[in-house]
Amino acid sequence: MLSKSKIFFKGIVAVLPHMLSVIPFGIITGAIGIELGFDPILVYATSLIIFGGASQIIFMQLLSGGASSLVAITSVGVINSRHLLYGAVLSEYLEKLSFIKKLFISYFIVDQGFAESNKYIKQNKNLSNPHYYVLGTGVTLWFCWQLSTISGIILGSFIPEELGLKFAIPLTFLAIIVNDLKKLDHVFVMLVSGFASLILFNAPFKSYIILSPIVALIAAFIMLRLKK
Amino acid sequence: MTWFSIIVSGIVTYFSRMAMVALIDREMLGTKVKEVLNYVPAAVFPAIIFPGIFFNDFGLFVEITDPKIYGAIVALVVGFYSRSVIATIVSGLLSYWFIIFFLLK
Repeated sequence: MLSKSKIFFKGIVAVLPHMLSVIPFGIITGAIGIELGFDPILVYATSLIIFGGASQIIFMQLLSGGASSLVAITSVGVINSRHLLYGAVLSEYLEKLSFIKKLFISYFIVDQGFAESNKYIKQNKNLSNPHYYVLGTGVTLWFCWQLSTISGIILGSFIPEELGLKFAIPLTFLAIIVNDLKKLDHVFVMLVSGFASLILFNAPFKSYIILSPIVALIAAFIMLRLKK
Repeated sequence: MTWFSIIVSGIVTYFSRMAMVALIDREMLGTKVKEVLNYVPAAVFPAIIFPGIFFNDFGLFVEITDPKIYGAIVALVVGFYSRSVIATIVSGLLSYWFIIFFLLK
């Protein structure tokens, strides 16, 4: 029987390879916040309060581009709707926890931690304290994220504007979905979203950022129907 | 106002993480909804990628010779074969810088 601290430690080790992408992503997030003209404290606050790289970048990009708060907040909601899926899967393993513990551990549910936890817990079905694994992955990612975004905020003030660091935004998001490029159904949904965003780009209130994913998800829904 | 937006976005994000764990019965999320949620990254991120490449700061289409297009193509090819986050970003940025600092000078 594995002790709680051993399970926690296993979670830490499992996400270490992900640091190769998390740390540069964090640095870029911090640096872009500064490049977009935000106060360093505001940029850091997004890491602490929102704690999600993609949502933080989009949030700052939209606000600096003149989008309304409503659009920025809604698009953060759309991006993060994927967490519902993670929560639904993890809830099976976290069922026995008290309500307060559930509220606490939820803050630490992130992509890479979810992926590793799900893999490990599925392989070790009779684990007595699986939530320590989830916490091990989440807390490690949290610390690295905070430190790397702070480094990015500091670096950001030294990076000259001629470098065009804003181009790192589309590149970073391209890097996030690169693993799905070999799945044709995902590529189809990506193309729908991409072309919709080009057509809808000049729609009022920067609403393209919400409308394009909705169009793409409807396309995904229709595609799933036709496949059956 | 920015602070207000950050805090509300934080609440929205936290809610997305917490809802299925602590509030809602997971059976509420049907198989169909779960299948569609699988496509959220594919549906969301291209809406940031495409405009970031094909529009300039003034919201106009870039020309076919724009360095961003070629940087993105390099990143796409490198990303497709390496599946590496860092290789994708670095190859895209380096090829973009190579074009703007050497070829266009």
